[in-house]
Amino acid sequence: MVFPRAKLLQQKREAAAALIDARALPEGGAWITAARMEARDRIAALGLPTKRDEYWKFTDPGSLTAAEAAPAPVFEIGDESAVFDGIDRVRLVFVDGVFDADASDAPELAGVEISLLEDAAGVDLHWARDLYGALEAEGQHPVARPLAAVNTAYATQGLLIRATGKAQKPVSLIYRRSAEDADVMLHHVIRVDSGAELTVLENGPAAARLNQVMEVDVADGGTLHHVRAQGRDHERRAAAHLFARLGAESVFKTFTLTANGAMVRNDCVVWLNGKGGVAHIAGVTVGEGAFHHDDTVFITHAAPGCESRQVFKKVLREGAVGVFQGKILVRQPAQLTDGYQISQALLMDEQAQFLAKPELEIYADDVKCSHGSTSGEIDPTSLFYLRSRGVPEDEAKMLLVLAFLAEALEEIEDPALAEDLRSRIEGWLKRHQR
Amino acid sequence: MLEIKNLHAELEEDSDVKILRGVDLKVGAGEVHAIMGPNGSGKSTLSYVLSGRDGYEVTEGSATLEGHDLLDMEPEERAAAGLFLAFQYPVEIPGVGNMTFMRTALNAQRKARGQEELSAGDFLKIVRAKAKDLQIDADMLKRPVNTGFSGGEKKRNEILQMALLEPKMCVLDETDSGLDVDAMKLVSDGVNALRDAGRGFLVITHYQRLLNHIKPDVVHIMSEGRIIRTGGPELALEVEEQGYGHILEAV
Repeated sequence: MVFPRAKLLQQKREAAAALIDARALPEGGAWITAARMEARDRIAALGLPTKRDEYWKFTDPGSLTAAEAAPAPVFEIGDESAVFDGIDRVRLVFVDGVFDADASDAPELAGVEISLLEDAAGVDLHWARDLYGALEAEGQHPVARPLAAVNTAYATQGLLIRATGKAQKPVSLIYRRSAEDADVMLHHVIRVDSGAELTVLENGPAAARLNQVMEVDVADGGTLHHVRAQGRDHERRAAAHLFARLGAESVFKTFTLTANGAMVRNDCVVWLNGKGGVAHIAGVTVGEGAFHHDDTVFITHAAPGCESRQVFKKVLREGAVGVFQGKILVRQPAQLTDGYQISQALLMDEQAQFLAKPELEIYADDVKCSHGSTSGEIDPTSLFYLRSRGVPEDEAKMLLVLAFLAEALEEIEDPALAEDLRSRIEGWLKRHQR
Repeated sequence: MLEIKNLHAELEEDSDVKILRGVDLKVGAGEVHAIMGPNGSGKSTLSYVLSGRDGYEVTEGSATLEGHDLLDMEPEERAAAGLFLAFQYPVEIPGVGNMTFMRTALNAQRKARGQEELSAGDFLKIVRAKAKDLQIDADMLKRPVNTGFSGGEKKRNEILQMALLEPKMCVLDETDSGLDVDAMKLVSDGVNALRDAGRGFLVITHYQRLLNHIKPDVVHIMSEGRIIRTGGPELALEVEEQGYGHILEAV
């Protein structure tokens, strides 16, 4: 007799084998080839995800694992300005997943070391060698994330960024699209040295289908701010993994704005490995119609006195689906942990759906952990109060939606960046008001 | 100013619950009217129906403000027409700054009346001056609307909005509830400062004590959805001395 679980794993492995058979590993130097081969072994062992996996219960990975990407029309933003336009930054542009030097600023203006993955793969860049695929491999336990292993094995494009001091300007990764069927993998590795500070921005839809991995290593006392705006293309699909390992007294703050998109799965895996580290993971999602958005977060407190915050807010309408799976794992040595998690959805009509699975697993005895999850409509009493003062209904609703999102937006430390994204959201809400 | 004729209203969800059963009331410009009555007599419902809160169905009668049909307007249109309701329980709105809220409201009303919107700077000057009279400090203006405010702070914030929006007709719903003596005096002073020949007031209260501070011209007693007695300020004292039971029996 074959047990269902064994049978499922067999099917997953068969799907993985088919993928491995169909793709050759990219050319590269010895160290990266070794990393890719190990990743390929992980894919073979883990198998590809299916919706029968516990971690994919609310999100069907089918369109992310399919052999071919479904084409998605390129969204034209018209005469609107692009995200982060007013921000002084070093722009590094990818078009359909390929770095475009002509469209980019000179990378050295940021005051950090930046190399292309395809160039570095041929030379021995020791810090990158130690990280590439290593954090992703670490992130396969206790929960398998096979799509990230696929990325490590097959991605050829991406950046290796190392901050050795305080960066002069934010590094801004811009993902443009031109082809309707672009199926893209990007793999970035970011290292923030002890005491160094860096801000990384990302925006643009990147592809019809994107598989992205970002491996982040913040050394003791380092600071990394990461703000990302996932583009508005309605039919695009994306699976993005962020793996972050944090040293003592380090700070890592990441914020993601997602507007539209047929399917987005954002995994964020964080290890607080040094005493007094701080990790804030926040996101705002606005979607309507055939929109499925999944935030999956796993934070491990492995050292004492660390703080983690997860703040996720979603505004959903007309059948849009929002998912939040957030876990805080507090290991035995992580005394005096301060963990906070909130996930909330504002359902603008009865068709919208929010599915949440908050989890706490605590082995230390002196910790403070709180979590909450709510979904609901706009509060009618608040709406009436505003209207009774003369605020028109549409404007009152806008104020209340932005108020609902405020706690997440406050997680963005730079006020100019926060205001930029807030005004994007306001624009989205105005366009989708009825 | 405000004219209510034979107003009937029931709960939208349950038409068997008829709350207003023929209210007749006329408040002239410059007048202060008080409505008193036992709990459940329909006093607060009258204020909600006038301001356009969801959940009530008007089945008969009319309510006009300077001849304009209030019942036909959205809540924000009623506000722009000059109606103001000071809530019994002002609503806490986390995430919306008090200042942003008040400026949005004032400018929306100005826009609706075809007036120019106020700049942030001009608004700030006005709101600071008015806040000072009500002993509202800068911190209360910066905080989210009513969020974490004490009972007294909430009521003062209501009066501040009233002072700022300069309505023609002010309806105060149980403004004294939750106030200690000092807060009541402060709030009443705020209201009295707004008394004006061009402005009407309808003060809804269960107890007479508020009327020691805000002196009414006319007092109405409401019971079971109707005004059952109307008189001068002495009527409020009669309630205070003898209770509602005595008055209801006499009708």
